[in-house]
Amino acid sequence: MEDTLVKSEIIKPENRVYKKTDLMTEKVLSYCPGCGHGTAHRIIMEVIEEMGLTEDTIGIAPVGCSVLAYEFMNVDMQQAAHGRAPALATAVKRLMPHKTVFTYQGDGDLAAIGTAETIHAANRGERITIIFINNGIYGMTGGQMAPTTLPGMKSSTSPYGRDLDMMGHPLKITELVAQLPGTHYVTRQAVHTPSNVRKTKKAIRKAFELQHQNVGMTFIEIVSNCNSGWKMTPVQANKWMVDNMFPFYPLGDIKVDGKMVEG
Amino acid sequence: MEKELRLMKGNEAFAEAAIRAGTDGYFGYPITPQSEVMEYLMAEKPHERTGMVVLQAESEVASINMLYGGAGCGKKVMTSSSSPGISLMQEGISYMAGAELPCVILNVVRGGPGLGTIQPSQSDYSQSTKGGGHGDYRLITLAPSSVQEMYDSVKLGYELAFKYRNPVLVLSDGAIGQMMEKVEIDAQVERLSEEQIREQHPWATLGRHNGRERNIITSLDLDPARQERHNEALQRKYKEVEEKEVRYEKINCDDADYIFVAYGTSARICQKSMQLAREKGIKVGLFRPITLFPFPKKELHEMAGQVKGILSVEMSAGQMIEDILLAVEGKVKVEHYGRMGGIIPAPGEVVDALEQKIVKG
Ligand SMILES: Cc1ncc(C[n+]2csc(CCOP(=O)(O)OP(=O)(O)O)c2C)c(N)n1
Ligand code: SF4
Ligand SMILES: [Mg+2]
Repeated sequence: MEDTLVKSEIIKPENRVYKKTDLMTEKVLSYCPGCGHGTAHRIIMEVIEEMGLTEDTIGIAPVGCSVLAYEFMNVDMQQAAHGRAPALATAVKRLMPHKTVFTYQGDGDLAAIGTAETIHAANRGERITIIFINNGIYGMTGGQMAPTTLPGMKSSTSPYGRDLDMMGHPLKITELVAQLPGTHYVTRQAVHTPSNVRKTKKAIRKAFELQHQNVGMTFIEIVSNCNSGWKMTPVQANKWMVDNMFPFYPLGDIKVDGKMVEG
Repeated sequence: MEKELRLMKGNEAFAEAAIRAGTDGYFGYPITPQSEVMEYLMAEKPHERTGMVVLQAESEVASINMLYGGAGCGKKVMTSSSSPGISLMQEGISYMAGAELPCVILNVVRGGPGLGTIQPSQSDYSQSTKGGGHGDYRLITLAPSSVQEMYDSVKLGYELAFKYRNPVLVLSDGAIGQMMEKVEIDAQVERLSEEQIREQHPWATLGRHNGRERNIITSLDLDPARQERHNEALQRKYKEVEEKEVRYEKINCDDADYIFVAYGTSARICQKSMQLAREKGIKVGLFRPITLFPFPKKELHEMAGQVKGILSVEMSAGQMIEDILLAVEGKVKVEHYGRMGGIIPAPGEVVDALEQKIVKG
């Protein structure tokens, strides 16, 4: 019995393996258990804290499940109309070029209603970072078809599966913005495993660094899950994402240093 | 100091005033009859004169949302457009009203509905004064009737917009935007530094300096009780605006038996109609609202007790007349006369209408 540790002996600075960043508020996340939004929020905030950008960062929240991102992200935030975050960010950054400005947007927000704002902000080379959470569905409104919904994938407005003839093809908007000379760094990542989290964090850090080198837009897609909208358990949803989303939306850098990645 | 006088178009005067007032950002999209605003700004290189940002957006939807972003940072931001473009901005304007963001929006009105015409009109009165987008909100609405007033509406617009944290709409029309008149130009106002904005607008999202609590700009509150309180606070603000910010002009009203009520271009026409009518022995005066919201209700109510009839003259099917009717509470006869489709009424027509609808009627 002598070698049993009591709580006070465990909770010591030298034993600490993880600390919640102060840039996540104490508010309980409104996301479904297992949803990728929470992880994505946390790592963005960790990067801002690690880079010492807290005092000069302005984030723009979208309309979608992450509409309340400003309740969780402990930096100055604005909440945009559906799809318009890149327009807000454009003005914030142009009026204060020394700030770090990012938008956080879902696929409906960024690739349907906000397509024009996305493409034109990218094409103007706005010095902002867009973080794009692609879960292939409208999570917030209850699982309707998104511009990124996969061929044949079921949703509440494509109950028999996405019929490409009738409903059009999924929009690979990340490949599209990569084609524009205004984007400098475009990458597609995920946050479902520790190693993917590390890679995504690295990508966010790189994007925020590039913001201050005056080189153009940085764009990070995070392929994510929506277990509620997909009607799966969190574990099933992650497996389904790996098996179905990743082949269609392959992970990795698409454009680096203003040049398309070969292959 | 010598006053600086210049001969300018209404739209150009507005643009020059924007630079002089220390505007931080102009965001717009071309549309007739107001494209001179952005053209003038681009030619003037305000980024060199004052550091002002001028950006041609991809649409009016984008420009109004750029205003939201800039205003959220406590910056002086503005846009200009004409009717179809202003319609496209309504969602964004509603968001700005909800999030209580200051800005100045110029509408150089053209005839509608739809693509309508590029000729002047006053058919956006209701859209401007009753809200325009979704939700219970009001815009402070200024109605310039000369090039000088176009110029002055920028400074006054910012003053009111920041005082009440509310969008201000300048409701002009194609005639005033395009006509040339003498304008008195005032001295350059310095743009505010980030430090000054932090002091004057502590709500602005400029980053959490010195570890202050985060600032949030939003129109969202999912809790009905809090959302109702927010709405009540907005309504109190609009009431205060109605009590304190009414502006109007009265011409020849003291001895008048009848009055014209008109703003903007119609008010200019009515000045001439007034002369013509008086030559005929009809004693008519002109009551010109300068603020359309707040509408000069009390003042008109008082006038209503002193005259035999009111003719509302507006280049529309009759939108402002509803506010006049509410103000006079049936005390006196009120009729509307107007032309539509981009036609400006001739002064003589207005006198005929006065005689037929009010004097004889
Ligand atoms: C103008 C407008 N149209 C529609 C809506 C309704 N709406 C809210 S969220 C949403 C879809 C969001 O989906 P997405 O961007 O993919 O975000 P997710 O919830 O999946 O993270 C829609 C259509 C709205 N709020 N505003
Ligand atoms: S509905 Fe989907 S996207 Fe929204 S919180 Fe739940 S799992 Fe996440
Ligand atoms: Mg989605």
